[in-house]
Amino acid sequence: MQFWLIQAFNGISYGALLFLLGSGLSLIFGVMRIVNLSHGSYFLWGGYIALSVIWATGSWGLSLPLAALAVALIGLVMERVFLRPLGFDPLRQVLLTVGFAYLFQQGALDIWGGNNMEINPPSALTHSVVLGGMYFPLYRLFMITTALAIGLTIWLGMEKTRVGAMVRATVDDAQMARGVGIDTNRVSMLIFALGALLAAVGGVIGGAFLGVYPGLDFEVLPLAFAVVIIGGMGSLGGAAIGAMLVGLADNFGKALFPELAYFTLYAPMVLILAIKPTGLFGRE
Amino acid sequence: MMSKFAMRVGFILMSACVAVAAGLTPAAAQENLRIGLLSPMTGFLSQTGQDMTHGFQLYLEEHHGMLGGAKVDLIVEDTQGKPDTAVTKAKKLALQDHVDMFIGGVLASTGYALAPVSTEQKTVYISSVAAADDLTQRQLDKYPYFIRTTWTSSLPNHPLGQWACEQGYKKVVAIAADYAFGYESVGGFQKAFEDCGGKVIQKIWPPLGNKDFGPFIPTIKSDADVIYSLMVGPMAPQFPKQLREAGVKLPIIAGGTSYDDYNVAFDSDVVVGDVSALMYSAALQTPKNGAFVKSFRAKYNAVPGYYAEANYTTAQMVDEAIAKSGGKFPGPEQFIKNMLGLKIDAARGPVSFDDMRNPVENVYIRKVEKTTLFGDAKPELWNVVIKTYPNVSQFWTYGKDAFLKQPVYNRDFPPCKYCE
Amino acid sequence: MSATMSQKARILAVAAVLLALAIIVPLSSSFVVLLATRALVFAILAMSVDILLGFAGLASLGQAAYLSVGAYLTAILAAKYQFGLGWDFWLVVLFAVLLGAATAAFFGLFAVRATGVYFLMITLALGQCVWGLAYRWNSLTNGDNGINLTSRPNFGLDLANERTFFFLVFAFFSVTLLMLYVLVRSPFGRSLEGIRERELRMQILGYNTWLHKYIAFVIAGAVGGLSGVLWAHTNGLVSPDTVVLTTSVDALLMVVLGGAGTLVGGAIGSAIVFGLREYLSTLVPWWQYVLGGVYVLTILYMPMGLMGLPARIRQWRGARSRSANGQSLMPAQS
Repeated sequence: MQFWLIQAFNGISYGALLFLLGSGLSLIFGVMRIVNLSHGSYFLWGGYIALSVIWATGSWGLSLPLAALAVALIGLVMERVFLRPLGFDPLRQVLLTVGFAYLFQQGALDIWGGNNMEINPPSALTHSVVLGGMYFPLYRLFMITTALAIGLTIWLGMEKTRVGAMVRATVDDAQMARGVGIDTNRVSMLIFALGALLAAVGGVIGGAFLGVYPGLDFEVLPLAFAVVIIGGMGSLGGAAIGAMLVGLADNFGKALFPELAYFTLYAPMVLILAIKPTGLFGRE
Repeated sequence: MMSKFAMRVGFILMSACVAVAAGLTPAAAQENLRIGLLSPMTGFLSQTGQDMTHGFQLYLEEHHGMLGGAKVDLIVEDTQGKPDTAVTKAKKLALQDHVDMFIGGVLASTGYALAPVSTEQKTVYISSVAAADDLTQRQLDKYPYFIRTTWTSSLPNHPLGQWACEQGYKKVVAIAADYAFGYESVGGFQKAFEDCGGKVIQKIWPPLGNKDFGPFIPTIKSDADVIYSLMVGPMAPQFPKQLREAGVKLPIIAGGTSYDDYNVAFDSDVVVGDVSALMYSAALQTPKNGAFVKSFRAKYNAVPGYYAEANYTTAQMVDEAIAKSGGKFPGPEQFIKNMLGLKIDAARGPVSFDDMRNPVENVYIRKVEKTTLFGDAKPELWNVVIKTYPNVSQFWTYGKDAFLKQPVYNRDFPPCKYCE
Repeated sequence: MSATMSQKARILAVAAVLLALAIIVPLSSSFVVLLATRALVFAILAMSVDILLGFAGLASLGQAAYLSVGAYLTAILAAKYQFGLGWDFWLVVLFAVLLGAATAAFFGLFAVRATGVYFLMITLALGQCVWGLAYRWNSLTNGDNGINLTSRPNFGLDLANERTFFFLVFAFFSVTLLMLYVLVRSPFGRSLEGIRERELRMQILGYNTWLHKYIAFVIAGAVGGLSGVLWAHTNGLVSPDTVVLTTSVDALLMVVLGGAGTLVGGAIGSAIVFGLREYLSTLVPWWQYVLGGVYVLTILYMPMGLMGLPARIRQWRGARSRSANGQSLMPAQS
């Protein structure tokens, strides 16, 4: 019984991290129909910038918002300067994001070096809560609560505000949205920056959990894809469910079928895409 | 319009080719010792590559660019961490730069890829990092120009298995990265540990690069009394941290890469007390090592790990081997003979070679402690040596012939007799 | 009439360049020969990507899977069964092509149902599955140690000589290029282009678009398998590092750089990428930025790749008053 509870907890906490990573990707696709292949780079740079902030100021609490905003800014610039001029050409935009992923990777290597680093959270978060003889690391709880808080905030923003309504309209039908006077370019820019911000938050939080090192960007990218594929593009709720499913499947898959550890992620992805090419909750 | 285009393109391409071809003709100065260093300067192994290069270059600088009395032309080539790039660069070094030897290679697959190149090109290849066991065991005859100056994956794990048994540990759960280096390390440990009377009761293989040990930690059998871990790269800091967070209090004994010196400084304090085995520790309190660590730190602002030491010592070996031939490269066969006859006092301690062209050296059992060494400003995490096993060869106490009769350590060998 | 003329001129241009290569490269230094060989092998893989991208409009991030299937087949046959090292090398080529096609036939059942970014992702996932297999199926693939090939095949040619081997690879490249050229000029190829442009319309016209795309996918797999055989013999070792995601991404990059839909675009892209990566990297440490920058600039300003450069220049000269953006990635006409 303990085994199942702990594994479920682990899977959910991993899913929380994946939600932060994947929700941004999902939103970006929903609004702009771009699969942002430099999304992993945003995740990685979030972690690296947070490290720099910590080295400079010693404050972990400060690193999260600063890194998130910095990466959001990078995302903003990238959208405005490079993606927007391409017009509506999803394939070309996707390929452009690949080029940027390469540049980001090299840049990170030059700025921060190649060591395997990690973000050490404040010691308050390094303990574990003991319930019924089972250890629940506080940091994992923190991951879950943060993801929940952010998820709720965004959801509220989407549902209850005017800006949110504009975003939803654009996701549903960009042409119609333009037709009723919504500035879809602005919406795109906003969503792209938001997506980058979410990825960066994931990177900062994940930095204590996965580490921060060269190559992490291309390692988390397939994970983000998995979330979006399973949960469907453009749907925040779908991203949440997708993230949970991926987190749990990955966790239980590795624990119960360690022989297949390399496939627990990709095989389900292939199957789901084969049956429903737009993802479990996607709509096309 | 189109044919004009064609002509233009053709012309451009031709001039480019000619320029490239002309620009790459080598200028050979045969009196100098020409050495090629193959290391991953870019890509995910770039930190390792830098350490390798720095280690070698440090020795060269300390000796004014000379090894054994010969001036050295060092050509560093980037393998990008890929075996096929390594092969191309090695061939280039041999065919075009006419190097006397090429040194390096990190991954096992790179080692296996480069060894045949050395045979083909009749050029010495010194593996200064790649630890794949079989290169200097059952496969050796295919590679007469190949010599290894560091270790085999199982070399330090045999004495560790012995040591663990002597400490009174009876049941081990092994958790190691799921690839050849992991298999060979666990294999060496298991053989020695079980031959002494211990039992490996479980083997867990997280995929290489896996950083979330959440799925694996709860499966660790509760009747174990110690954990053997073999982690590399980004896995290394995460495992002990997550293990302790999950409330597991079992002691950890590990393969050396789980606590490699240059990384251990970045770990959190949770690793204090963890034991590992390697043929080197930066905390080694010998004059030779002290000098090495101090100058490495002064120049590169980092603690040298075994990648740096391996290449520093390789340079030292080349130095003495060339000196034996009076400052000239004596041809590949004689050079290898010179190397095999060496007994040197390296930063890692005394090193000599066995007749399979692999080193015989000390293995250090180290424990992570927070202390100040070599002029630290404040206490840092170091791998303090708690026991030394001298003159360890790749065959441990088994004797070459008996050892070679068994298969290479892999995922299923030695078999996990005590697992359910 | 001018279209046919420009076509003939193009063929002549390509032939001239190939001839030039065949003459110049063997006369250059060994490093150039080595690089050119590797670039050509990769160019064959790039051509398989181009079939999908440039002609069927499908961007695949999993072509490395077929290269690795062919490569592992070659390596296993050579190392375990001593097969393929003499005249039976040609049998291995045949087997690799068939195996590549078979793998693609199987994968295609999953992949070709999807389009656009979904296709991208499913091919990525499939490629990663092959990687996982290469890594874990130790008894077959030797895991991450890789499989060494003992020597290059001997059928009357001394292939250990890098220059002779270059000619062999060059021959394979040219023949493949020719065969694929005939393919894309055929009615089948034309239909593919039609599907790329407007699939719905083709369906209305009665074409079985799924089947066309599927066949293209299988052919791409076959070509990938072929490149794998040459890859194995070029390097002498096959390991899971061959099947990594970046190999597939590289192939895609090369096609985009050189120009999708031109077949030779992949070769040009391959030359550029290898030249930058392996030659420039020996000179300067910041070559990655050059590569990334070239790539980004190509996408932004030269969507038809380097092959589209003259057309672009013409357009820029002739259309200075009109804005010249919004150009799609694939050429509307050849």
